[in-house]
Order: sequence, then C-alpha cells, then structure tokens
Amino acid sequence: AQEWNKAAFEGKSLDDVFKVLGAGTPDKSGAVTLNAPDIAENGAVVPVGITTTLKAEQMAILVEKNPSALAAQFFIPAGTEPFVTTRIKMGQTSNVYALVKADGKWSMSVKEVKVTLGGCGG
Amino acid sequence: MADPMRVRAAENGGIVDVKILMKHDMESGQRKDAAGKTIPAWFISTINVKANGKDVLNGQFGPAVSKDPFLNFKYKGAKGDKIVVSWVDSKGDKRTDEATAS
Repeated sequence: AQEWNKAAFEGKSLDDVFKVLGAGTPDKSGAVTLNAPDIAENGAVVPVGITTTLKAEQMAILVEKNPSALAAQFFIPAGTEPFVTTRIKMGQTSNVYALVKADGKWSMSVKEVKVTLGGCGG
Repeated sequence: MADPMRVRAAENGGIVDVKILMKHDMESGQRKDAAGKTIPAWFISTINVKANGKDVLNGQFGPAVSKDPFLNFKYKGAKGDKIVVSWVDSKGDKRTDEATAS
C-alpha cells in the first residue's frame, strides 16, 4: 500500500494538493458525481460520497476553505466499485471537490456546501 | 488498545456492500483546550480493507475526517468472504477487525 501522503495532506490550498497529486487542473466532468448535502447543519459531520462512471483508480475529497484542503483519498483496486462514502468536517461554508483519477487522468466535480455550525473550532 | 470497529458486509447480486464505523476521536489540531493551548492533531491516517486476503480498498485520511470515521464502499465478491479491516493512526496506534460477508 502507498505511504500516507504527508505533502498532500499538508497542502493548504486546492492548488497545493493538485500539485502534489500531479493532478494539474482537473477537468470538470459529468462522469464524476459528488454526493453532499446543500446545507450541513453540523459542520463536524458532513456526509460526502463520490461515484463515477469512469474506471477510477484513485479518488479524493477536498474542501476549499478547510485549513488543509485534502480531507481523504482512496485507492480503488480492480474489482472494487468506483463508489466511496465517508463523513468529513468543514470549518465553514465552502466548495467541496470530488477528484477521480482514471486512465492516468484526473477529473472532478464541485459542489458548494453551506455550513451553519462549524466543525473545526472548539 | 483502541476500541473495536463495527464492520457490516452484505452481498447482493455479486456486489458486497461494506460499511465500517471506526472508533476514534480524530482530533483536528485546530481545537484549543481550556488554557488556550492547541490540542495536537491525532487521527486515523491509513486504512486497508482486504477480502479473502486481497486488497479491496486503501484509504488515507487527514484530520478533516469526522470523529468516529464512517466508510462505505462496494466490491465484486460473494457471501462468506472474509473481510479484514485495519487502520493505523498518526501516533502509530493500530486496530484490526474482521467480518464475514452475508
């Protein structure tokens, strides 16, 4: 298995993370579906899922306005469906990005999630 | 030793749907304690899921994944598959739990 990608998780901005992942500027694609709520009442627990019709080998969830943009990434072996759902924290209202790498090329989908109660402070 | 995970795996039409609930504080590194000192980040960083000894998912988490992380994914499999879920956190703590696809 791959080492935990420290540089990617420490990237502050979207561009930092895109650079570390070697994603360039991913094209927005209708083949990538990001399942996230329009409004998250509790930023500490925001359900986020990625599905795609592409043959995904890697998927990532990014939150533009979090202190570090990358929330999680997944490696999808052959035989595993291109479908992952998890829950993330969001400090404030932000665009959420679903990235998918298929055939060596990155695609993405974007959605704004409004947060009424932040999940990163305390 | 960390608390056990809850792992559910249900086969339907050749696809096994796996749901995992891990038990972990996932401290973000953004919070401050009563004295105003930042509480250091402490989170599950890598997760591996195997079915019958073969990788079906590898995940990497940052501290922005919610407390008690939840994960749902699907792979091509069969009833009776032995599913082994392991995680390692940023302090090197580990936990492994098993389930059988039903």
